[in-house]
Amino acid sequence: MTSKHLELTQVGIDFPTPKGPFTALCDVNLKIEKGEFVSLIGHSGCGKSTVLNIVAGLHQATTGGVILDNAEVKEPGPERAVVFQNHSLLPWLSVYKNVELAVKQTLRGKSKKEIRDWVMHNLELVHMTHATDKLPSEISGGMKQRVGIARALAMEPKVLLMDEPFGALDALTRAHLQDSLMDIHADLGNTVIMITHDVDEAVLLSDRIVMMTNGPAATVGEILDIKLPRPRNRLALADNPEYNHYRHEVLTFLYEKQKKIEPVGSKKSTKSSVAGKPDSKSDAA
Amino acid sequence: MSKSASLVTSIGQLKEGNPLKTLMSNTQALLLPVIGLLLFLAVWNGVARNIDTSLGQFPGPSQVWTQTLTLIDEHNAQREKADAFYVRQDERNAKRVAQDPEYQPKIRPFTGAPTFFDQIWTSLYTVMVGFLIASLIAVPVGILCGLSKSAYTAINPLIQLFKPVSPLAWLPLVTMVVSALYVSDDPVFSKSFVTSAFTVSLCCLWPTLINTAVGVSNIDKDLVNVSRVLRLKPLTHLTKIVLPASIPMIFTGLRLSLGIGWMVLIAAEMLAQNPGLGKFVWDEFQNGSSESLARIMVAVLTIGAIGFILDRLMLMLQRLVSWDKSSVLR
Repeated sequence: MTSKHLELTQVGIDFPTPKGPFTALCDVNLKIEKGEFVSLIGHSGCGKSTVLNIVAGLHQATTGGVILDNAEVKEPGPERAVVFQNHSLLPWLSVYKNVELAVKQTLRGKSKKEIRDWVMHNLELVHMTHATDKLPSEISGGMKQRVGIARALAMEPKVLLMDEPFGALDALTRAHLQDSLMDIHADLGNTVIMITHDVDEAVLLSDRIVMMTNGPAATVGEILDIKLPRPRNRLALADNPEYNHYRHEVLTFLYEKQKKIEPVGSKKSTKSSVAGKPDSKSDAA
Repeated sequence: MSKSASLVTSIGQLKEGNPLKTLMSNTQALLLPVIGLLLFLAVWNGVARNIDTSLGQFPGPSQVWTQTLTLIDEHNAQREKADAFYVRQDERNAKRVAQDPEYQPKIRPFTGAPTFFDQIWTSLYTVMVGFLIASLIAVPVGILCGLSKSAYTAINPLIQLFKPVSPLAWLPLVTMVVSALYVSDDPVFSKSFVTSAFTVSLCCLWPTLINTAVGVSNIDKDLVNVSRVLRLKPLTHLTKIVLPASIPMIFTGLRLSLGIGWMVLIAAEMLAQNPGLGKFVWDEFQNGSSESLARIMVAVLTIGAIGFILDRLMLMLQRLVSWDKSSVLR
């Protein structure tokens, strides 16, 4: 038996409610190679975040379990760093101190200079060295998310977990950060699991896209291998038939196979309009 | 071209208009409280003239002002007496030592009646000690309640039970317990001081405790998750995450507590005849001279002013401690 880097086996989770347990996830199986970039995509409420939180150790699976490098995941830890959707920087610490807090936890016993160098190195990766002494409230949303990523990278995680990292950002900032993330991933080769709502983001960044069925008792629906060569360029890919084929696959899964019957809020409408844009572009071309 | 020129002039007009507006709002901010104060003084004066009590006419602003000056004079006179007393004592002791080098000089404190300002000082000192004791207990217990649901569930009934208790109900118990347990030949603090301070503490505990618990339990869940992912040690978690996040709520509690403590102290001093502003008010009332009401009124205004100043001091302390300098504090 070949042992994988990260393995989810028969993962399921029940949440207690007054009406009895609610099964949010059921039989989730997933094997992830070292250095792989995997996206989780699915409708809101299908349990993507729950999967991520189980891998992070923030939730405990009711059935099944997660194994990372032959060790079971039981509690949260810096080797599975999380980038939260709303950055979650400590508002009372400067950019530098926020990253330093993570560095001090993981490089315990190192000299002051080593700690300082490592903090600055990670801030450099996300191009944030110019604002080290600013408080989070003094920098823009995109910058905050950069610092959040720097903080996670500074922990030297085996797996980087990202929960809709760019969901709260405007389209231009998002594209910029996606490019940064691709560069960083090419450099460091971390294993990444990213949750996203954005079909383009998923196809552009991922090696594999894991599409989840709707809850309750959500599970892995289909897995799509993205065999686009790296480095990828968003402009060049816009007219690439292969790229559009992948997009189409994901859209078909989301809007035909796993169509949401209940009325969906504004989130879906904005998403479909974003998804529709490149279509019209390719039509014009 | 002409469009941009007109834009420039209109911006110029705006800029000219703005200082005028700020001046207006500044004068308003200064003028309105003064108008309110003058109106209050006028109404007070008018009403006071029409109230006749067994101790004479109710004091108006002018009588109160006269008594304020009298109280200051009395205080200065007492200070001079005390100074003179100590000079005499020193001279006497020096003489005795000159006659007999073996003699151990006796130094006795001045025993004149405390003045109004002595009483203010006593009250301030007592409330601060009582408040400090309460805060030292309430903040840690509040943090514990905020962090642990079990601790909160265990302690909550007690909080709800004791929170509404009036200080005056505690007072006899505290007095008896203090006189039973606080026995020493050479006490550092007087019994009356200990009694007053503990009564204040008992009433100061609850607002701080409750607000701290609420503040700590409402910390953003993502920040707690960050701490878990980083595997912060409990102490680091407390200092880096819990305390900074709950500082505003802790201070809301502290300010409420201090305000309650100040009110409680005056009542306790009146009832227990412990030295302080409350005793001053009660003594003047029992004294029953024609000036008593005016002197009590001076005390009332002083109590109000000190309460206000204490609150402002807490606000300044909060500004100093809080990380969020931009937040509006009121």
